[in-house]
Amino acid sequence: MKTIRIEYFAALREHTGLSSEEIATDAQTVDQLYAELDGRHEFPALGQLKVAVNDEFGDWQSGLADGDLVVFIPPVAGG
Amino acid sequence: MSTFRFVRGSVSPTDHLGSLRDQACGGYVSFEGWVRNHNDGHQVQRLEYEAYENLGVKEGERIIDEALERFQIEHAVCVHALGDLALGDMAVWVGVSSHHRDAAFGACRYIIDEVKHRVPIWKKEHYTDGDSGWVNCEACASAATRSPPASVSGG
Repeated sequence: MKTIRIEYFAALREHTGLSSEEIATDAQTVDQLYAELDGRHEFPALGQLKVAVNDEFGDWQSGLADGDLVVFIPPVAGG
Repeated sequence: MSTFRFVRGSVSPTDHLGSLRDQACGGYVSFEGWVRNHNDGHQVQRLEYEAYENLGVKEGERIIDEALERFQIEHAVCVHALGDLALGDMAVWVGVSSHHRDAAFGACRYIIDEVKHRVPIWKKEHYTDGDSGWVNCEACASAATRSPPASVSGG
């Protein structure tokens, strides 16, 4: 088991009602973590998500370590 | 000071021009993005911007660094607003200074285009009919049918 912190922004923050949460998980990769969280929160279809691990863009197959910060990034709309 | 900055509320370019002043530069080009009163057939009343700031500043600085590499410019800065904005407020500003104007025009266009595509910033529009929605959000635009993100399913 490792502890992972997840921060939520925009549509995901509003959907979950959370700015962040910490969970204990056996997920080995980012996509396994997403699937586990999707089971809890039933994320809405937002389009193609990106992911960041520890404040850098990551890969869905990125491995997870205890204490990592993960952010799922919905399609952006700056400007 | 960072070359990419977030500020609360409307951007004031004069607060940031000092980063561009250089007696070797004969040209300054800027882009101002303003909050407009319509989008996609909706009448917009106001906007909210939200960002993943830690990653946003890093990605924004990378874009500025790319512009400094690709174009013959001396200085470039981008500032993006966060929080509640009213119609006419300045949501984003890009400033570029260079020895000659051509490079500054090109770099300014490059920076605003990349910022809009890459920096983790989200815009929520509030409409005059009382509705609201996150821009570029599929589930907000139409009745959601649940599916995994395309990149998870190998896309």
